[in-house]
Amino acid sequence: MSGLSEVSPAVSARQPRSTVASARFYSRSVSIGLATPLIAALLIGFVYPVTRLVALSFEGGSLDNYRRLVAEPLYLDVLASTVKVAFIVTIASLFLGFPVAYLMARLRHGVAMVVAACVFIPLWTSVLVRSYAWVVLLQRNGIVNALLADVGITDGPLKLIYTQGAVIVAMTHVLMPFMILPIYSTLRTLPPDYVRAARNLGAGAFRAFISITLPLSLPGVFAGSVLCFVLALGFYITPALVGGPGSMLMATLIGQQTTVLLDWPFAAALSTVLLAVTLIFVFLFRKTLSLSKGLHSVH
Amino acid sequence: MIGQYLSLIGLDKHFGSVSAVTSLSLEIGAGEFVSLVGPSGSGKTTALNMIAGFEGPSAGKIVIGGRDVTHVAPNRRGIGMVFQKYALFPHLTVHQNIAFPLRMRGRSNKTRIATRVEEMLELVQLSSYGERYPQQLSGGQQQRVALARALAFEPPVLLMDEPLGALDKKLREAMQFEIKRLQERLGATVVYVTHDQDEALTMSDRVAVMAGGELMQFGTPTELYRQPNSAFVADFIGRMNFIEGSCIENADGTAVVRLSDDTVLSIRSKGLRAVGPSAGETIKLAIRPERVRVAKRGEGGAGCLAAVVETCVFVGSVHIVLVRLESRPDVLLQIQLPADGGLPFHERDQVDLLLDDGAIHLFPETERHAA
Repeated sequence: MSGLSEVSPAVSARQPRSTVASARFYSRSVSIGLATPLIAALLIGFVYPVTRLVALSFEGGSLDNYRRLVAEPLYLDVLASTVKVAFIVTIASLFLGFPVAYLMARLRHGVAMVVAACVFIPLWTSVLVRSYAWVVLLQRNGIVNALLADVGITDGPLKLIYTQGAVIVAMTHVLMPFMILPIYSTLRTLPPDYVRAARNLGAGAFRAFISITLPLSLPGVFAGSVLCFVLALGFYITPALVGGPGSMLMATLIGQQTTVLLDWPFAAALSTVLLAVTLIFVFLFRKTLSLSKGLHSVH
Repeated sequence: MIGQYLSLIGLDKHFGSVSAVTSLSLEIGAGEFVSLVGPSGSGKTTALNMIAGFEGPSAGKIVIGGRDVTHVAPNRRGIGMVFQKYALFPHLTVHQNIAFPLRMRGRSNKTRIATRVEEMLELVQLSSYGERYPQQLSGGQQQRVALARALAFEPPVLLMDEPLGALDKKLREAMQFEIKRLQERLGATVVYVTHDQDEALTMSDRVAVMAGGELMQFGTPTELYRQPNSAFVADFIGRMNFIEGSCIENADGTAVVRLSDDTVLSIRSKGLRAVGPSAGETIKLAIRPERVRVAKRGEGGAGCLAAVVETCVFVGSVHIVLVRLESRPDVLLQIQLPADGGLPFHERDQVDLLLDDGAIHLFPETERHAA
């Protein structure tokens, strides 16, 4: 980031030379040639469909789809509850994930690898499998209900699955690695001398954490939160499997419009709104981060 | 004076089966500047970490001004510390960094904290820099902020872990004097860790030389330079020439040795230790570069060593002459001569070396050498 050139003049003095050298090594046409496949893939696979989608939502130059979207409270409710669920999932991932990341960063290397494996093996498992696992756990005759009944906390089975609570729990589980990883990498690169210095200057272990480790880990917290939040906003499989009709989210609603009702223009309008909301939140997150001065230089 | 005395009593530290520090005992007076020097792995940083409280000693005691702090948490020891890379908190301004120890000590009065911070900034000549962030300062300025932060709460003991390692030579020398000036003005007790023996000699009242986790010698810079108690210290502090040989006789303050080029020397020297090598023992003769005189071949007189000049370099303050012993070309000696006049010798000149009797040290061969 911006602070880098000030922090390490030696590095910045060395680097431009190598970039200049490589720029000279590859001629202009070769450089463009090398970038072409990626640019083409982006244009064909991303820019074009998104543009088409947005265009589709304004079908015939009218705003009808958007009028419908605003007129019917159901759609705005779904949007609101999507943002709400994404927000709760992000906060839950943060509170559950931070201690794990902190532990991973502090453990000896071997043990940290084991914890890391526990965090990341689920990540490599299909989202579908993980979501179905929650169905097994939470269903009417599932493990959770059986346990609650056996212990005697409940008389009959509770309705756990197909609720918003189930969606939140399952999504938190699925998205947690995306929170843990950025926080872990931030904490890992924090020199231990900062905490030592704080301890030496009179801070107890807890105050050293609150006043030094926590603020310095904020870039990772923001990165993880943005990742979690954005992914949660557009999450499809888990809410579709674990959530019920009463707890519909934007992605499931859009899916329904395209696959069941075949109303593509309206689905496009819903997608455009979701895209806009996502971009607004990303922008707001970045604004917040840039307000916390002095953090740029850390990473 | 803010400093208090510091005693390390029989400190041991081992990590598993590896011993990092072995029975280290030091008595450091109030207001004294003491350096711990040694090659890497000599245990000096571990010793410092134990004083700071980051590592618990396996055995032994640490006492500051009469208070046993061996098992006291680092934040309750009240020791100041300057870290190798300063460890200034990057998310806090210079002002907030210096205020940190004051806030942690429960001084809630904002104006009093601000006044104190201003005082400290003035002390290190950075008055107008309070609102900057550490990364907006140069290395030397960061160093001074770290110093101000560590001194803000008037700690009885200040620890410094190679604080000048990251600075270039000119700045390092300027900072050496600045640190020394501050330390004397405040009367702080300082324990300074460095691997740079020049730095240690320049700044310290006393220097502790460590190797392999053990204290080799603890004394004033002059003592260490003039009366090293081992070949290791002799080699580590300043430049030293070594010539191998064997002891023929050692009695009544006179030692007779046969050097490896078959020269036999009879030595009467203050540099000889009370318990010198005994007859028949293999020895190392040690002498400083500036205590060897060089004469043209045949003008040296009795008891001189025949040598050939390898190179002769002018380094400003002195001439440095490298010579090889004629009959032992593998022994290369460095000699310093006063720099007045032109180059006194030329390559391949045959010369006689006269060792200054009073400056010769004899060490048993078995002793450890500096790396």
